[in-house]
Amino acid sequence: MIRSYDDLQNRRATLQTQKPKRLEVIVCAGTSCLSSDSDIILDMLQKDVLDRGLDIEVEVVKSGCFLFCGQGPMLKVMPDDVIYVQLTLKDVNRIIEEHIIKGNIVTDLLYERDDKKRAKNESDTPYYKKQRRIALRNLGIINPDSLDDYLEYNGYEAMARAITKMTPEDVIEVVKTSGLRGRGGGGFPTGLKWKFTRATKSDEKYVICNADEGDPGAFMDRSIMEGDPHSIIEAMIINGYAVGANNGLIYIRAEYEIAAKPLFKALIDAREAGLLGKEILGTDFSFDIEVKLGAGAFVCGEETALIHSMEGKRGEPTTKPPFPSEVGFRGKPSNVNNVETYANIPPILVHGADWFNKIGTKNSKGTKVFALAGNIENIGLVEVPMGTTFREIIYDIGGGIPNGKKFKAVQIGGPSGGVVTEKDLDMEIDYDSLQQAGSMMGSGGMIVMDEDTDIVEIAKFYLDFTQDESCGKCTPCRIGTKRLYEILEKLTNMEGTPHDLELLETLSENVKNASLCGLGQSAPNPVLSTLKHFRDEYEDYAYRRKRTAYVVDGQKCIGCTKCARVCPVDCIAGKPREVHVITESDCIACGACYDACPVDAIIKP
Amino acid sequence: MKLIDKMINCKINDISVTVEAGTTALDAAKKAGINIPTLCHLNLHELGAVNKSANCRVCLVENEDRGNLVPSCAEVVTEGMRIQTDTKKAVMGRRTSTELLLSNHPKDCLICVKNRDCELQTLADDMNITEIHYTGEMMSHPIDESSGAILKDPNKCVMCRRCTTMCDDVQTIGVLSPLKRGFDVVVATAFHLDLGDTSCTYCGQCVSVCPTAALVALPQTTSVWRRLNDKERHTVVQVAPAVRVALGEMFGYKPGEISTGKIVSALKRLGFDAVFDTNFGADLTIIEEAKEFVERLENNETLPMLTSCCPAWVQFIEHQFPDLIDIPSSCKSPQSMVGALSKTYYAEKKGIDPDKVRMVSVMPCVAKKAESAREQLNKDGRKDVDFVITTRELGRMIKEAAIEFRSLDEKPFDDLLGESTGAATIFGATGGVIEAATRTAYEMMTGKELKTVDFKQMRGMEGIREASLEINGRTLKIGIAHELGNARKLLEDIRQGNSRFDLIEIMACPGGCIGGGGQPYHHGDISILEKRRKALYAMDAGMKRRKSHENEQVMKLYEDFLDKPGSKKAHDLLHTSYSVKARI
Amino acid sequence: MKKAVLDMSQFDQNKLNELDAFIEQYEGENKKESLIPVLYQAQKIFGYLPHNLQRHIALKLALPSAHVNGVVTFYSYFSEKPVGKNTLSVCMGTACFVKGADKLLDKALGITQSKRNEITEDGQFTIKDVRCIGACGLAPVVTVNDKVYGKVSEKEIDDIIAKHQEETHD
Ligand SMILES: Cc1cc2nc3c(=O)[nH]c(=O)nc-3n(C[C@H](O)[C@H](O)[C@H](O)COP(=O)(O)O)c2cc1C
Ligand code: SF4
Ligand code: SF4
Ligand code: SF4
Ligand code: SF4
Ligand code: SF4
Ligand code: SF4
Ligand code: SF4
Ligand code: SF4
Ligand code: FES
Ligand code: FES
Ligand code: FES
Repeated sequence: MIRSYDDLQNRRATLQTQKPKRLEVIVCAGTSCLSSDSDIILDMLQKDVLDRGLDIEVEVVKSGCFLFCGQGPMLKVMPDDVIYVQLTLKDVNRIIEEHIIKGNIVTDLLYERDDKKRAKNESDTPYYKKQRRIALRNLGIINPDSLDDYLEYNGYEAMARAITKMTPEDVIEVVKTSGLRGRGGGGFPTGLKWKFTRATKSDEKYVICNADEGDPGAFMDRSIMEGDPHSIIEAMIINGYAVGANNGLIYIRAEYEIAAKPLFKALIDAREAGLLGKEILGTDFSFDIEVKLGAGAFVCGEETALIHSMEGKRGEPTTKPPFPSEVGFRGKPSNVNNVETYANIPPILVHGADWFNKIGTKNSKGTKVFALAGNIENIGLVEVPMGTTFREIIYDIGGGIPNGKKFKAVQIGGPSGGVVTEKDLDMEIDYDSLQQAGSMMGSGGMIVMDEDTDIVEIAKFYLDFTQDESCGKCTPCRIGTKRLYEILEKLTNMEGTPHDLELLETLSENVKNASLCGLGQSAPNPVLSTLKHFRDEYEDYAYRRKRTAYVVDGQKCIGCTKCARVCPVDCIAGKPREVHVITESDCIACGACYDACPVDAIIKP
Repeated sequence: MKLIDKMINCKINDISVTVEAGTTALDAAKKAGINIPTLCHLNLHELGAVNKSANCRVCLVENEDRGNLVPSCAEVVTEGMRIQTDTKKAVMGRRTSTELLLSNHPKDCLICVKNRDCELQTLADDMNITEIHYTGEMMSHPIDESSGAILKDPNKCVMCRRCTTMCDDVQTIGVLSPLKRGFDVVVATAFHLDLGDTSCTYCGQCVSVCPTAALVALPQTTSVWRRLNDKERHTVVQVAPAVRVALGEMFGYKPGEISTGKIVSALKRLGFDAVFDTNFGADLTIIEEAKEFVERLENNETLPMLTSCCPAWVQFIEHQFPDLIDIPSSCKSPQSMVGALSKTYYAEKKGIDPDKVRMVSVMPCVAKKAESAREQLNKDGRKDVDFVITTRELGRMIKEAAIEFRSLDEKPFDDLLGESTGAATIFGATGGVIEAATRTAYEMMTGKELKTVDFKQMRGMEGIREASLEINGRTLKIGIAHELGNARKLLEDIRQGNSRFDLIEIMACPGGCIGGGGQPYHHGDISILEKRRKALYAMDAGMKRRKSHENEQVMKLYEDFLDKPGSKKAHDLLHTSYSVKARI
Repeated sequence: MKKAVLDMSQFDQNKLNELDAFIEQYEGENKKESLIPVLYQAQKIFGYLPHNLQRHIALKLALPSAHVNGVVTFYSYFSEKPVGKNTLSVCMGTACFVKGADKLLDKALGITQSKRNEITEDGQFTIKDVRCIGACGLAPVVTVNDKVYGKVSEKEIDDIIAKHQEETHD
């Protein structure tokens, strides 16, 4: 039990002076790596080390995401600072024999850079170069299951200082002057929100962590929960102290049930250590946290819907005001913050508002985590200071577009955001610049698209998503997003007219203006922004200029007949070793020939 | 403290208005002389029901400071707030919402029961919608008429949620809920059960607030016309107390104007063979009920006794409190009593074959439609009441028959089942039944004349009221509740053994039958109920006979036919039983 | 229809007891709020949430059945229909979509000759689309029950389905 600030410091001091083992092998146990068997690799390593009696000098542990998920499964050997990537089960033995026992680096398991050189560790790897880690500070470093690890890396220091040495007002002041804004989408100043919640008088208040992470293609919140759960707990306690709440709730989406396991353990450990619960660190402040699971509804990320969902109801938003800070969970004032927002809180309190305030741009302070995915070489999490440009993220960090394709656009902000194109690649990313570009920060999902991407299809994909996820409560979103989707479908089915583009535009504007909650208000963004940047592609559909059939590139065709054999409607003609021809009017665009052709002679529409 | 603290200054279209704190932009605009259209909005805070869903988005206005659209029905004005109602953005927002609603609506106005009484239709008119820019898939759900009381056509629903607000918050039944989400959302019963298979009480409060024809009283006028044109049948009709203070509203009379004589006149013109008064049945009910109560009291049987003339309330207890179904009075409702007598006493006296008699009731009520189908009210295939039409349906029939209602002369009800007292009149208002019962029970128990018949403590619109009365040295405690949510509270007390009452009156509808689901629509203006209520009490005050047992035709009925109150024959004809039903 | 809703006889009493015991732990304010966890538990025990089970839960929690049904049909996690022995979910999150997840879904449906969210004839599979599961690094992603498959190609879909079909056959 840790009963006071002194207890905490003593415990940390003991942990920090412990002599580490000769080698520490850290295996990434983030979602991506886990799904490619990193759990088995971890088991094998642990067993092998034990079997060979190496456990006295070698420790094998797991940690949260190493950020470079596209290269998983991966592991790190410390203090040698060597990272091995894209491991298979076969590689385990080699790592033990070669590296752990003999001390030789297994070169072919190192990351191969663009310049064909092998990178030994993070500092050799361009992917990590421009990153600056605040929210993700402990990922890949500590074992998420170990409270001691967290304590050793300064864990609960911020909380201890806050509740023993600061008034709630002081805490709020620090958060306010740090300039931290909500990372869940809206970018609302966090300190101000805390101030509002503190100002509302009530016998009971709640602090709510929004871990719904609804943006498909974003996974930073999940990674933080998995890799550094105590940082969220710590921040929530601070939040509770600052606003005058004794109860915290974490709302986790259904699909993350497994991801939440480390969090459950962390809660138990924190409670057992006396860091959570009654009279924390001997003060008269008590605080505890409960986890609530969602059940599969994107709109439940919206804070009022989230609250209704936690109350056991349909996750329908209600009009604001009143804001949750006035009327929230069970009708009581509630402070809702996002996972990543919380992850920033402890460092801010430890290092001070000024430290944080110096990072970033004028109105957007600190760093932002982006989930880089899509048609990009390096997939994974990226934490960079606000103000970093798209070009830096996509090319310097992301390694550019694979297969020699050209960059077309990047969608940021998920289904609520919009596309950014070539001409804005050098834009410094922050809340305001994105807004001006007709997009938004959202949660930070960053989907890169190459030249092959059909932009109208992408807009349709997002509309399909939003109209499917609309709660159906308000007219503009319930019917409007459906109508928008129908117009897009009409266009892509080659049944549209130029007039439909006008309808698309006015309806989008009005759905945006008239909807009740952020879902409907932002649902048309993907349409509006793609219309703005790629109007010609929409016009191709509207004027029915777009080819729907696949065609054979006569230059490349070797006459292997493979395509003709797979075509389900037999519309490909041609003799062996002669150029094949597709009857365009019969082609149903199934793409079978495209996949079958060994020489890429079939051109997509 | 200071009044000034509570007042807010804001600007609507640059007009300064000062309003109380908590006022919405909608009401502030009204004060500035600007009417903003609404659809989902419904403020019945007097009844404990405010539909706060703010979801239709036809009332959007622009908040000038933030430059965004806000729903005026829900946006509370703050000091210095500037609202513009007519910017292009606001007008386009409101139009788009309306057009989108219409793009998913059948637009059958010409053949719709809500024609010219429909808030969506009015909205489209007010907005001057002559074109719908968006088309696409439309809802397609089956129509449900299973309950025999309510017609549910989800395809005409605009998802305003007023019905669920009434059913959840006021009636605490929760029969309806939105199911699914997005475009597929539909306001429906659990598992899309037939309404008739749910715990719906048919109180019709959802019907009375539904802005469209998605929920209406199941129309039965066609069947009534058929009976009227059938010369083989002897078709009689009865009119409930609350009808006479409301029907006039459909013909341009002010709420609360009494049109009893004209109604009788109209019914005769429509071709009914005899026109009876449900009030007769009310007086009869009182006598039977008072008798039952006195017996229960004397024999130390189950108390409190609960009134039983409201069929929605009867449904409620059968579904929700099956363990308590022995506490309501066994008396049939007045309409059933009159119905039963029309096929026995009346037929006998007039020498008509009872199987030829068809009874039609004109009721303020939707639940009475379902009541008429109850097994317990059907003896040997002869139903007490054959058809029930609502006040609104009668109004529509009168219009259909091209009867000039305003110029009708006044006619009296027909004999045998036509006389009534002031006590019966107030049946139509909450507290009225118990007040009428008290007038009779007092004299029955004490044998003394009751000098002051007005029991003011029993009157009013409070959800739960109580009164006490000294009889034979014993203090009788009387409870009154209207709206089923309030009834639930009293029943919970009884279940816990905490009830302090001997006699309880319950009415399902706000204000009692004057606020019934079959009455002309109040369209959110609850002051109408108050006017109807006052009219009933005024009628009572103006009558010579004000105690049920002073009704001479009723006394004659006992003399000639039933013997005495509570007799075996009275039990056979005028009493009923209840059955436990599943809660869904 | 109504009879089916009222009839609880087909349920395994042990399973019902297990669910009821779970419900017991909630009381007071927590009871009303416990609907979603209770539905989770019920789905875990019974595999899906048939109407009569929903009504049972409604009675236990003193909620109107319509509200329970409203919640069940709101959230995509809950299923009113039985599901196959294996649930194969294709991630249709953006990262996966951009990498051709829609084709994987079509393929999976084709192989099993089934419709989205509907159980296959042999009862082996229910094929669903899900939103991002947070493994975007491996896009496109397919899961079968708890097992995650990353960077799945159209060809691999065959193998995945075959593999799970076998597993459940023995
Ligand atoms: C449709 C919709 C979905 C949202 N999804 C999320 C989400 O998944 N996670 C999140 O933190 N915030 C989400 N938000 C934003 C929340 O409503 C809320 O603003 C946020 O949790 C506040 O935390 P912050 O200030 O720390 O960002 C969503 C908003 C909308 C309108
Ligand atoms: S905007 Fe969409 S999600 Fe939000 S309340 Fe309206 S219908 Fe529901
Ligand atoms: S896309 Fe399909 S239909 Fe068209 S030519 Fe190729 S195989 Fe045939
Ligand atoms: S598969 Fe390719 S190379 Fe072979 S015939 Fe077809 S187009 Fe030519
Ligand atoms: S409900 Fe109203 S708008 Fe709809 S068809 Fe009927 S009258 Fe017309
Ligand atoms: S209003 Fe128009 S549609 Fe209706 S009846 Fe008259 S002309 Fe016909
Ligand atoms: S009639 Fe009454 S009980 Fe039935 S759904 Fe309507 S409001 Fe609810
Ligand atoms: S049925 Fe009527 S009251 Fe209920 S939501 Fe639909 S339109 Fe509104
Ligand atoms: S209060 Fe009157 S109108 Fe309402 S349900 Fe009861 S009897 Fe019918
Ligand atoms: S999960 Fe292993 S690097 Fe992200
Ligand atoms: S009337 Fe205001 S949103 Fe419906
Ligand atoms: S988009 Fe498929 S896992 Fe994230």
